[in-house]
Amino acid sequence: MNDFFIIFMAVLLALLLQPLIQKKAGGLWSSVSAINFVRRNGTFISLYLIIAVVAWIVFMIVLPQLYMVDFSFRHNLPLAEIGGPNDVHTVKNYEYLIFGRQTDEEWLNWLHLTVFLKTMLASIFVTLLDLAICYPMAYYMAQVAKGGQARLLILALVVPFWVNEILRAFAFRILFGTGGVINNFLIYLGVWDEPFDFLRADIGLYAGLSYAYILLMIFPIFNAIESLDHNQVEAARDLGSPWWRIHWRVVIPHAKPGIASACTMVFMLSAGALAAPQILGGPSSLWFTQVIYQWFNTGGNWPQGSAYAFVLLIACIAFVMTVMKIFKVSLGEITK
Amino acid sequence: MTSRTVMRLMVLFYIILFFGYLFGPLIMMGVTAFNATSFPQVTPWEGFTTQWFVQLLNDDQMMDGLINSLWIGFGVVCLSVPIGLAAALMMTQIYERVRPYYYMVVVSPVLTPGVILGISTLVFWDRMGTAVNAEYESLFYNGMWLTIVGQSTFISAYCMLVFLARLARFDKTQEEAALDLGATHVQVFWKIMVPFLRPAIFSAAVLAFLTSFENYNTTVFTIQAESTLTTVLAGKVRMGTQPDLSALAVIIICVTLTGALIHEFLKQKERLAQVRQEKAAKAADRELADTMGL
Repeated sequence: MNDFFIIFMAVLLALLLQPLIQKKAGGLWSSVSAINFVRRNGTFISLYLIIAVVAWIVFMIVLPQLYMVDFSFRHNLPLAEIGGPNDVHTVKNYEYLIFGRQTDEEWLNWLHLTVFLKTMLASIFVTLLDLAICYPMAYYMAQVAKGGQARLLILALVVPFWVNEILRAFAFRILFGTGGVINNFLIYLGVWDEPFDFLRADIGLYAGLSYAYILLMIFPIFNAIESLDHNQVEAARDLGSPWWRIHWRVVIPHAKPGIASACTMVFMLSAGALAAPQILGGPSSLWFTQVIYQWFNTGGNWPQGSAYAFVLLIACIAFVMTVMKIFKVSLGEITK
Repeated sequence: MTSRTVMRLMVLFYIILFFGYLFGPLIMMGVTAFNATSFPQVTPWEGFTTQWFVQLLNDDQMMDGLINSLWIGFGVVCLSVPIGLAAALMMTQIYERVRPYYYMVVVSPVLTPGVILGISTLVFWDRMGTAVNAEYESLFYNGMWLTIVGQSTFISAYCMLVFLARLARFDKTQEEAALDLGATHVQVFWKIMVPFLRPAIFSAAVLAFLTSFENYNTTVFTIQAESTLTTVLAGKVRMGTQPDLSALAVIIICVTLTGALIHEFLKQKERLAQVRQEKAAKAADRELADTMGL
């Protein structure tokens, strides 16, 4: 009886409110089409814009990241137990990165912590090395070379980078291997008798990584220096400034946003590189991405891998923030 | 004067060293493609051969990977060019106050390491699949589909940057004039916006395809049981090195060089045409001035 009464009242209420709701909906629709955005683009185009952008942002950018972060706080469960009572949040995956297993003798998980630190330091080293190699070239192309020559230089720079990343690493393996060109040449010259293992010493890796990101280092700096009026350089020279001071006081301050954006990109890419360390890294040295890869493949522990990936992401964001602060550049300038 | 000469020599030396670093490894790799030794080596030289190219063509695994790569590239172009275009158009219309935040979100995939994009895509679709109890053959676990989605996450952002660069030069009065003359919004979009953006659409599509084709970091996580050319290559290089990889590199370098030269040639032609046009316009102006008696 009671149930019947409630349903009856609900139906009555709905009937009473129905004209109101209908009116509201009609008003809503007319206000939607009155929104500038829809009026400007027409219904069809507006729908396309909104669906494409929302789908991209929600289902491809934001949700996957959130799911990854959430996943990194979970236990590694078999499929049957997912959603069950054991599927609770935990910080165990992060604990493992820092402290290792509780049964371990060491207090900290030195193996993975050193890999992480080494990856960060090596990426900074690769970035600085690249900057040193590329800055003079960018300056030369932007200020010294004339039209046709500059175009030729750009073409020559671009061509090697259409070659697949794996094959580029392969080329360095041929070059630096124990039976490689460099070793054979140096033995022929008599510099040493036994072949030196460049790959074990990670020299091949650093050379390969710097090589891989030359283009990304040169172009932002080139663009920045190109906008510098050459008269400024001339003026500094006429006033008796030596070449290094011209660069230090005139060219580098002007190219600062370009240098910052190039360094950020190169650092991120080398910290996140996977192919080059896999191919060129020595057998005893690991890159942090390789550890993540192992968790996902041979390790078969996805939550653990997600936790490591999240740590890498945080480290990269921290680096970008620091560079933006130090060089006082905005995000827009970095991604230009 | 002598210090200037020394400086010149140093610059020249640096440039030679730089391009030696740039091309040396590739040239060495190219040479190994024709050496008959079974291990990719320059020395000792055991005679000229093209057998590695033949071996390459008979490698089924690599051919399968190549076909997958082409399909994935096609899918990525179809997905990321429209998304990039929409995101760029949205950027020009969104409220001034929200714009920096919007930009931060849509540009973040460019700065996120590819490994992380691959992992997050994999985890997201896997968990969604578990949540809806999807079958193993469904889209949620399909390596090809996941790779397309994962790569499109950041390639869409690349495309958006290409479109934004082009849109920065768009003359708004064109759009307003068309609307004043009674065109509908859909007409304006198809008759003014799309033709104006056509070069950008083309270059975004090329960029998207090439980026997808050579991507490794994202693909290696999302591809799972399937394979692309890049993952096959990586597997082979890690297992041990064979000269047929050098042969593949030689083919790629040749294709690229031809493409780059054609591109440069076309650009040169365009430039010359422009110069000629300007000259003709100037001549016409002069003629007009003469006839008007100025």
